[in-house]
Amino acid sequence: MASVGVAQFHQVFFEESLEGLDVMESSLLALDEGGDSELVNTIFRAAHSIKGGSATFGFPEMAAFTHEAESLLDELRDGRRAIDGTIVELLLRTVDCLRGMFARAQSGQPLNNAEAESLRGQMAAALGRKIEPKAAPSRRAGDHADAWRIDFRPHQGMLAGGNDPLRLFRELAALGELQVQPVLDRLPPLAALKPAQCHLGWVLELGGPATRDQIAAVFDWVEDECELTIEPLHVVADEPAPAAGVPAGKPPAAAAVHGAESGSVRVSIDKIDGLIDLVGELVITQSMLDQFREEFDTAKLALLQQGLTQLARHTRELQESVMGVRMLPIGSVFNRFPRLVRDLTQKLGKQVKLELVGEQTELDKTVLEKIGDPLVHLVRNAIDHGLEMPDRRRAVGKAQTGALRLEAFHRGGNIVVEVSDDGAGLNREAIVAKALQRGLIASGDQLSDEQVAELIFQPGFSTAAVATDLSGRGVGMDVVRRNVSDLGGAVAIRTRSGHGTVFTITLPLTLAIIDGLTAAVGREHYIVPLVSIIESVQARPETLHRVTGGGELFRFRDEYLPVLRLHQLFGCTGAQAAIEEGLLIVVEGDGTRVALLVDGLIGQQQAVVKSLEANYRRVGGISGATILADGSVALIVDVAGLIRLQSRSKAA
Amino acid sequence: MSQPNSPASASPVDMPATSQYLAVNLAHEEYAIDLLAVREIRAWTPVTRIPQAPSYVLGVLNLRGAIVPVLDLRLRFGLAREEYGATTVTVIVIVAGRLFGAVVDGVSDVLEVSAGDVRPVPDMGTAVDTEYLKGLTSVAERMVLLLDVDKLLQPQDAQMLEAALPAAADVRAVA
Amino acid sequence: MARILAVDDSVSMRGMVAFTLRGAGHEVTEAEDGQLALDAARGSTFDLVLADVNMPVMDGIAMVRELRTMAQYQGVPILMLTTESHTDKKMEGKAAGATGWLVKPFDPDQLLATVKRVLG
Repeated sequence: MASVGVAQFHQVFFEESLEGLDVMESSLLALDEGGDSELVNTIFRAAHSIKGGSATFGFPEMAAFTHEAESLLDELRDGRRAIDGTIVELLLRTVDCLRGMFARAQSGQPLNNAEAESLRGQMAAALGRKIEPKAAPSRRAGDHADAWRIDFRPHQGMLAGGNDPLRLFRELAALGELQVQPVLDRLPPLAALKPAQCHLGWVLELGGPATRDQIAAVFDWVEDECELTIEPLHVVADEPAPAAGVPAGKPPAAAAVHGAESGSVRVSIDKIDGLIDLVGELVITQSMLDQFREEFDTAKLALLQQGLTQLARHTRELQESVMGVRMLPIGSVFNRFPRLVRDLTQKLGKQVKLELVGEQTELDKTVLEKIGDPLVHLVRNAIDHGLEMPDRRRAVGKAQTGALRLEAFHRGGNIVVEVSDDGAGLNREAIVAKALQRGLIASGDQLSDEQVAELIFQPGFSTAAVATDLSGRGVGMDVVRRNVSDLGGAVAIRTRSGHGTVFTITLPLTLAIIDGLTAAVGREHYIVPLVSIIESVQARPETLHRVTGGGELFRFRDEYLPVLRLHQLFGCTGAQAAIEEGLLIVVEGDGTRVALLVDGLIGQQQAVVKSLEANYRRVGGISGATILADGSVALIVDVAGLIRLQSRSKAA
Repeated sequence: MSQPNSPASASPVDMPATSQYLAVNLAHEEYAIDLLAVREIRAWTPVTRIPQAPSYVLGVLNLRGAIVPVLDLRLRFGLAREEYGATTVTVIVIVAGRLFGAVVDGVSDVLEVSAGDVRPVPDMGTAVDTEYLKGLTSVAERMVLLLDVDKLLQPQDAQMLEAALPAAADVRAVA
Repeated sequence: MARILAVDDSVSMRGMVAFTLRGAGHEVTEAEDGQLALDAARGSTFDLVLADVNMPVMDGIAMVRELRTMAQYQGVPILMLTTESHTDKKMEGKAAGATGWLVKPFDPDQLLATVKRVLG
C-alpha cells in the first residue's frame, strides 16, 4: 500500500535528478575552467541526492553506480585527489551515462548496460579498488545467549541530544523480559544537580531470544554518549541465529512510468501565492460590484466606475500572473551549451570561451522547448564557420581564444536571444558565389551587406567549402528561421567581416497573447503584431515613388520599401486607396521591410490568439484571429506570410 | 434538440426508421438539414471577412470564443443573394468535429422523416446541384430536399481553394 | 499525533517522507534546506525533526547545531537521514547534537518504525 503512494514521487525523482545532472554537468565544466571548491560540494550534493533517491525509489543499480561517482567526488572534496581534466572527463561521462540510465528507468528497461559497467569499473579503478560484493560480517563468539546483562551509563549530556533512556528501555522490553536497576553512584549533591543532565546509570537484564546485535542496535544512536557493556548471562552454543525479529521492509517496486515528457510545469510558491492574492482581490472587487445589483442609483455611478476600473486592473494582473505560470527561465536551455561548446571545440581544435548572460530571463514553456534546436544550430555554426582556428586568430591580431556569447533579455514586450561571436564574420564572396551558382541572384545584382546576409536564410543554402560533420547536417538557416517564425518570432543577422556575427532572435513573451495595433481597412479591423512594427507614418507625396509595373515604393529613412496595400491583398472594399490619405505601417518580417497601407489606426491592444484552422483552414498572410471587445472577430496579420504572399503574387 | 432515435446516416439505403430534420427556406424552396448536425440557430449578423475565400464564404464569427466560418447557402448554390432580411438566420452546423455557419432565408419547422419516404433526387432542374442533396421527401404535400451537410464545406472546397490559391498553399507548405 | 519537521533539498525524498508521515496521521511541515528549517523551527515547536545531511545553503549538521542552541529544542529528537557510506557523518551529526539517524535507502515502513521508536 505504502509503495503505491510512494510511486507518485518517482516522476518527481526523475525530474529533479535530471536537473541535478544538469547542475553536475555545468559545475564540472566550470571546474574544468578552474572554478572554486564550492563547485565540488555542489556536484557532490547532486550525486548524493541521486544516490539516496535511486536507492529509496527502487533503482539499486543506479545507486551503486552513483556511489562510485560519489566516492570519487568525496576524494576531490577532501583534497585527497587533485582535480584534473581526466577526472572531469570521467565524471562528465558518468553524467551522460546516468542520463541514459534515467531514460531507461522511465521506459522500464534494464538500467545497466555495457557502458555503465565499464564506467563503473573505471571509477572503481580510479578509486584504487575492484568492485567486490561485500563480505558477510563474520560471526563472533558470544553473539547468542539466553539472557543478557547490560551496563548502561549515559554521559551527562545524552538527554540534550534527544535520546531518552526510557525509549531505550521500551525497545529492549520489546525484545524480551527486562529488569531495570538504577545505579545512583554518580548522583551529585542536590545543589550541584542539573535537571537537564543525566546522572543515573542502569544495570539491565534481558531474558529471551535477543541477539547481541539486536541489543546493540537499540543503543546504536547513543554508542558514543554512554559507557555500554553487553554480556551474555547464559551462552548458547552452536545454535543458528534466529531470523531477525522485524522483517526487513521491501524496497518499493519501480512503478511503471509513462513517457519521459511529463507535460508539467514546476511553479514557484511565490508565483502561486501571488495568484492567490490576486484572486482574493478579484473576489473583493466582485462583491463590491455585487451591491449595485441590488440597488443602483446615479449617485453611485462614481463608485461603479471605480469598481470597474479595479476589476479591469485585477483581470489584467491575473492574466499576466497566469501567463507567468507558464514562464520558465531560459537558463535551462542555456545550460546545455557549455558542454556542447567544450565538445565541439575539442573536436575542431579551436579555443572558445562561452559567456552566458541573462539566464534568469523567462520564456513561455512552449517557446522554451522549441528554441533549443535553433540555438544549437546557431552555436554550432558560430564555432564551425564563424570562429577561426587559434593560429589564424593570432595571425590577424585577435586573442587566440574566440568569444562566443549567448544572451537573453527583455526588449519591449519581447524576449531577445542573441548569439554573437568575434569570428571572421560572413564570407561575402563565398555567399555571393554560391547564390549565383544556385541562381538566387543575377550576376549584375548590387547587393547590400544585409541582402547578402539574408541569402543564407534561403532554403538549402550552405557555404562551408567542405561540409563538416558538425554543421553539414542538412539543416540550414532556413529551418532556423522557420522554427523561430513558427513561434511568432523573427531572426535577424548583423555581421562585420573580420569582426564577427550577431544573430538576434526576437520572440513573443507568450504564444497565447500578442500585443498588437488595431488597424482599420475599409469596414474591417486587422491586428498587426507590435513585434513586427517599426514605425507608422503618414506618407508625404515626395516620399512616394511609382515604378514601372505599377508598384509603389516608399522612402523610409535611407531605404525604399515596397508599399503593400492591405485592402488589395485582403480584398477589402471601401478602403482608402490613396496612399497619402491613409497611413503606412512600416513592418519587418523575416528580415524584409515593407510598408503596409491601412486607413488608420484604432489603437493598441492585447489580443488572445485564436486558431482559424480549428474550424476553417490556414489563410495566407493571417496568423490567427482574436475577439474584440464588442464580440466581433478581427484577424491577426502574419507579416512574414504577407510578404511571402506579395512576392509570390508579384512573381506570378 | 437532442432526439433519442438514431444517428445521422450517410446514405438513404440504411437510413433508420425516422430522423428529424430542420426545414430551412432558400430561394422559395424548402430544404432540410439533419437535426443532429445542427448546433444552434442565430439571427443573421454581419461577419468578419476572410481573405482568399470563395465568395460564398462570407467570413467568420465568434461562437463563444471559437472562430467559425460562415457560408451563404444561396451563394454556395449559385443563387443570387437578395437582402439579408429579418428572417435570415445562420444555422450553426457541426460536421466531423468542425463548426460552420450556413446562412439561409429562414427556418420553418422540425420535420419527422421516415427512411421509407426518402427518394433519390431525379435530375430535374432543381436550383441546387444534386451533388449536395441526400434525397427528397414530401411533407404534407410539400416537397422537401434533404441537404447533405457533409459536402457543403468539404472536401471539394478545400481542393478548390488549393487550386485557386497556389500562393496560400505554398505558405501552408512552408509553415 | 506528532508535529514533525521534514528537511530535505530533494523534492522526491521530502515528498515521500512527508506523504508517509501524513498517511500515519502526523502533521508535517516541510523545509528544503537547513536555513528554512530553522526559520520554521523558530516560529513553531516540533516533536521530531527529520533532516537530510547534504543540503545547500545550510547543511543538516549545521542545522542541528543551531537547533540545539535554541531552548525549545533541547531534548527534542532530531534524526539525520544519511547514507551508510558516511559513518563519519553519523558521528559528526551526533557531535552536533542529533539524536540518531535513519540510513538511506529506507522505505515507508522503516521510516514509520523509526519514528515510532523515537516518539513511543
